[in-house]
Amino acid sequence: MNQTSAQTWDEFMEGIWRQNPLFVMVLGLCPALAVTVSAVNALSMGLATTFVLTCSCVLVSLLRKLIPKEVRIATYIVIIATFVTVVDYLIQAISLALYDALGAFIQLIVVNCIILGRAEAHASKNPLLPTLINALGMSAGFTLGLLALGSVREILGAGAFFGVALFGPDFQPWVVMVLPPGGFFVLGAWLLIFAAIARRKQKKLAEITQNA
Amino acid sequence: MHESAAQIFINAFLANNFVLAMFLGLCPFIGVSGKLETAAPMGAATTFVMLVASLCAYGLNLLLGYFQLEFLRLIAYIVIIASTVQLVEMVLKKYSPSLFRALGIYLPLITTNCAVLGVALFQTARDYDFIQSITFAVGAGAGFTLALVLMASVRERLQLSDVPAVAQGTALSLMLAGILSLAFMGFAGLGG
Repeated sequence: MNQTSAQTWDEFMEGIWRQNPLFVMVLGLCPALAVTVSAVNALSMGLATTFVLTCSCVLVSLLRKLIPKEVRIATYIVIIATFVTVVDYLIQAISLALYDALGAFIQLIVVNCIILGRAEAHASKNPLLPTLINALGMSAGFTLGLLALGSVREILGAGAFFGVALFGPDFQPWVVMVLPPGGFFVLGAWLLIFAAIARRKQKKLAEITQNA
Repeated sequence: MHESAAQIFINAFLANNFVLAMFLGLCPFIGVSGKLETAAPMGAATTFVMLVASLCAYGLNLLLGYFQLEFLRLIAYIVIIASTVQLVEMVLKKYSPSLFRALGIYLPLITTNCAVLGVALFQTARDYDFIQSITFAVGAGAGFTLALVLMASVRERLQLSDVPAVAQGTALSLMLAGILSLAFMGFAGLGG
């Protein structure tokens, strides 16, 4: 029992760290850059994507034996589009301000490559439970990635975090960070950091094997 | 608010460039922009899909409005786009197999290119009429192609230059895209 739970945990963490959809696989860039001007937007986008990803993957996994191979992509897309429509109306009902801030990007979750990628690469081949864990891990990884982008951009570009001013009235905001170029720069910087960590790890590993 | 066709075109092409200002269609933008000779045809194919999708979306929107089935809009749009991409794929496979191979996985992925669905969704959200929709689609496609070709040209030059090993790959492409995006901010306000 203990071993299976360790495996489960490992599979969950894979989406957050080793296979992080945003920083390692570099998928789903469009919503990641477009809506992350503030931490709140980033978090809500992450939660919306979590809902769609999890529900779609569960449904695909349940239906995996019924869907003919030839039309599977079309079927997945229709399933995803259905859940996106649900989330679209849901956000509209909960908070109109948020709905306006996220704009067309809620509907554009349909074409988020992470979701279709997970449905095709994982959910279509695995039973319910592993799919659920994998989908939750991936969603958590994506949400954390969005939050990492959104926080940096909001702190630098607006001097605030979740709408709370951080630096007092004399702060000169670095406006370009909340403008489109800032999105590219911040994501590029995060990728640089991740690449540097990976290289250092590789070097250490090489040293250890050499010494041995 | 009534925009003229020329304003819409310039807005979609330069001032609100789909890739560099609105972050739509980034996956092919990063993925296919390695070589100039694949970047341009990819842009053309995407523009074609955009135009067809825009036309279909316009008609479909009227139809859905007539039957009061607006909640089906998203599903209907994505099905139309998927079929158009299938069409382009078949035509390319028949008439230019080499190009078909060069574009590889990115060709079917036009379906999940947010720029295409973006065109259809934005024209619906902004209530564009028929002419406006067409110019919007062509402008967006031209803007996408322009961004792709610019990026490919820069990256071709970059292969000859000395870059720190850490920065190679996607991180560098994103930094470049940021600089290009800064340049495109200079067009702000051009479309009125």
